[in-house]
Amino acid sequence: MYYLQFLLSNLGRKKARTILTVLSIMIAFLLFGLLRSLAAAFDQGAEIAGEDRLVSINKISLIQPLPEAYLPKVQALEGVDKATSANWFGGYYQDPKNQFPQFPVIAQDYFEIYKEMITLPEEQMQAWKKNRIGVVIGKALVDRFKWKIGDRIPLMGMFPREGGSTTWEFVIEGIYEAKSKSADTSAMLMHYDYFDEARQYGKGDLGWLIIRVKDPKQSAQVAVAVDALFANSPAETKTSSEKDFAKSFAKQFGDIGLITTLILGAVFFTMLLVAGNTMAQSFRERIPELAILKTLGFSDLAVMIMVLAEAIVISLIGGLAGLFLAKFFISGAAESMAATLPGLSLSTTMMLLGVGLMFLFGLLTGITPALQGLQLNIVAALRRR
Amino acid sequence: MTALATQSLVTDELLVQLKGIGKAYKKGKEQVNVLSKLDLDIRRGDFLALMGPSGSGKTTLLNLLGGLDKPSAGELMIGGQRLDQMSSSQLTKWRARHVGFIFQFYNLMPVLTAEKNVELPLLLTNLSSKQRKHHVAAALELVGLSNRAKHYPSELSGGQEQRVAIARALVSDPDLLLCDEPTGDLDRATADEILSLLQTLNQQQQKTIIMVTHDPRAADHARHILHMDKGALVNDGRVTDTGH
Repeated sequence: MYYLQFLLSNLGRKKARTILTVLSIMIAFLLFGLLRSLAAAFDQGAEIAGEDRLVSINKISLIQPLPEAYLPKVQALEGVDKATSANWFGGYYQDPKNQFPQFPVIAQDYFEIYKEMITLPEEQMQAWKKNRIGVVIGKALVDRFKWKIGDRIPLMGMFPREGGSTTWEFVIEGIYEAKSKSADTSAMLMHYDYFDEARQYGKGDLGWLIIRVKDPKQSAQVAVAVDALFANSPAETKTSSEKDFAKSFAKQFGDIGLITTLILGAVFFTMLLVAGNTMAQSFRERIPELAILKTLGFSDLAVMIMVLAEAIVISLIGGLAGLFLAKFFISGAAESMAATLPGLSLSTTMMLLGVGLMFLFGLLTGITPALQGLQLNIVAALRRR
Repeated sequence: MTALATQSLVTDELLVQLKGIGKAYKKGKEQVNVLSKLDLDIRRGDFLALMGPSGSGKTTLLNLLGGLDKPSAGELMIGGQRLDQMSSSQLTKWRARHVGFIFQFYNLMPVLTAEKNVELPLLLTNLSSKQRKHHVAAALELVGLSNRAKHYPSELSGGQEQRVAIARALVSDPDLLLCDEPTGDLDRATADEILSLLQTLNQQQQKTIIMVTHDPRAADHARHILHMDKGALVNDGRVTDTGH
């Protein structure tokens, strides 16, 4: 208790300097919390991707289609439990700013293949199947646009309909919900059959295949078998695990992880210099006091620990304030960004990583003055008084 | 307080023994001998003033006696223990148990109250918080500052700060009190108060005190005065008896 009081008293000796140091550390950890949360949200697709699912796309690129005929061939391959397809619709609601994912899919198959992640009540599934222009939407879209079952939703699509119009009208027949906390509920799912019949061109084209394997350990072999099946064809495939697919998809926005790491690295390095310099200055001013402690019989190690503890406490005060502020901002933004960036949150793992970094930061800034404290010559230090 | 009554408190037991003590520093390529072949015995219960011009080696000798520095040559024995043979960490532990320091500029921790400053040396003991507080209260009462326990050094006068420093030096009940110009920063009246306090501690608490001073009036409060010059004791270490 005495030592804690002593330490806190030392921090309060030059309040303005301590506050500025704490503020700079707080800003560093605020940035850490915000940027890491964003990066994690971008990477989330990869994190929640199933181990037993593969995604097959055109080898040239994701925007090149695959022939419809591929689906039964893949379904028939040994090791494949189920295969289905999805397309990119690329529409918006009323205003181009209102973008959200829309996928033409095969209703029953799609929900079956993602059964551990999303769920739709059976009666809504039946109603959807009966209505060719029916769609089901995720909970996040309900929250975003206040839509409800039975609403007619006009979308502007990037594919023109037969006749040239790009306006597509759909009727909401169901609302699917996430089974796992991190599943995305910001999408609209429509019937592929209807989409394929109604579109002006590209009929029979699939966007990508989603394949569930019987045994996750055989995923690699199945992926090779799929690609081998279509080798030397006009539309060769590139099959990878859903996780790798999600990662490469996220990288279309740029390597968020690398960008945030670079920004954080720059901020941390700057903060380290600022805080390290401040700590060193504070220590230099107190060399005679540290000498007195040694004179009274405090060991070299005890003095070193006192200096280090002070650096770590400053780092923890500023860092925790920054992380909690980041958590506050992220919580506030998570709801409004649920549709565009689902799963935005500051996880406990990230918080713990942050606390670890605070200790490391404290150790790095305190180590030089602490070592100087360790090697302090009492007689020389007292002479400076 | 008579000379006769107090004289009897100095025992025959030798507390400090110095044999052929030398201390040299390297200054660039040159070696500077600060102390050379110094022999000295100090009895338990004595109050000795070390006098001499600047650079005569007084403070260096005090640092050696306090275990802050080690001699380059000779034997230094205090309370039966060879300080010259101790490691740095052994000296640190020894200081905590056996010596109290009083400095010219008090050297209190500015962020701690008087009582917390006095408590500092007790953190190195096994005393409980309650026991520490009891000892601190006793030490502050001894120096007449019970009513200033909660005050910070900046709220105290120079004399009061020095009293707190004396309480800090006393609180762990050391064998030896080492004072480096304890009145050098005080006015005459306050200096006399502090010196009287040291005298009382010597006479009533039987504390052995070694005080470095330039001030002959301060030295007069000691039992004996020892003069140094150029790193050696003047007149072969013969002391001047002040009659206290």
